[in-house]
Amino acid sequence: MLTSRALLRGLKSGFWRPLSSTSSVQAAHGKDMSPDVLDPSVPQYNNRLDTPLSDVPFVRNLNSEQRQLKEKEKGPWTKLTKEEKIALYRLTHELTYPEMRRGSSEWKTVLGGVFIFLGFSGMLVWWQRIFVFGEVPHTLSDEWVEKQTQRMIDMRVNPVGGFAYHWDYVKKQWK
Amino acid sequence: MRNWGGRVVPFNWRHTVYGYVQICYTPLAQRCYSHGGKPESDEEFDARWVTYFNKADIDAWELRKGMNTLIGYDLVPEPKILEAALRACRRLNDLASAMRILEAVKDKSGPHKKIYPYLIQELRPTLDELGISTPEELGMD
Repeated sequence: MLTSRALLRGLKSGFWRPLSSTSSVQAAHGKDMSPDVLDPSVPQYNNRLDTPLSDVPFVRNLNSEQRQLKEKEKGPWTKLTKEEKIALYRLTHELTYPEMRRGSSEWKTVLGGVFIFLGFSGMLVWWQRIFVFGEVPHTLSDEWVEKQTQRMIDMRVNPVGGFAYHWDYVKKQWK
Repeated sequence: MRNWGGRVVPFNWRHTVYGYVQICYTPLAQRCYSHGGKPESDEEFDARWVTYFNKADIDAWELRKGMNTLIGYDLVPEPKILEAALRACRRLNDLASAMRILEAVKDKSGPHKKIYPYLIQELRPTLDELGISTPEELGMD
């Protein structure tokens, strides 16, 4: 009882560790990895096509370099270089609109997986056909069917609109 | 309290200097009011939004709210509204939002590829004056 509980705790911390925040990741992003992302009562950053300006900027904890850039932003924007403008954009927004619209190739994986499993099922069915099912009944053999057909013609099965209707009794052949 | 009864207001083009193909949808102003009264015209709509963004001491929340609401409508905003919004960004020292607004209206135009170049053409003086680069100029598309 006690050992299993300890085991569970060990497993939990080991399992969840990669998913929880580490300080190095937090410094890099400042958005995703903080406890905020698990707290829906606090404004969140989100990438949405229909909401161009999100409630909070993507990067919240600015290092000194970024803070300097923000100061420079207060002056004329004509003095900013292209890289600085891109950096400013990326501070506030994680993805650009084209990046948001970009699809993934996940459908290939999904379709591939579906076909793999269908193929596997097909293999199973085939194996079953060969190794599980017995012989087909003798009444389906060619000679039996021939004799059976002849008998049906002699009996005039469905002479009006069905089987024997299609047999020409004069010429002794199918119409 | 803003009324959410807005229906489809097709984008109304004006003739451009370069003689783009003039696809003029008739301006069917269809903004209804729950308290009666005539529907708001396109000019009134534009004027209302220009006034909103031209507020001298607009704050960041108001800019965001205004922009997100405007993008929620079924139309592409007129250049004069966007100019007012870009100037509001300048007052708030927010270049990233200015670029985001340009991206958003390009996305809003959807399959009508001629709208965005027209908007940029109309906004060019403002963009140059404020020093806003379009996302294309920065290679972010």
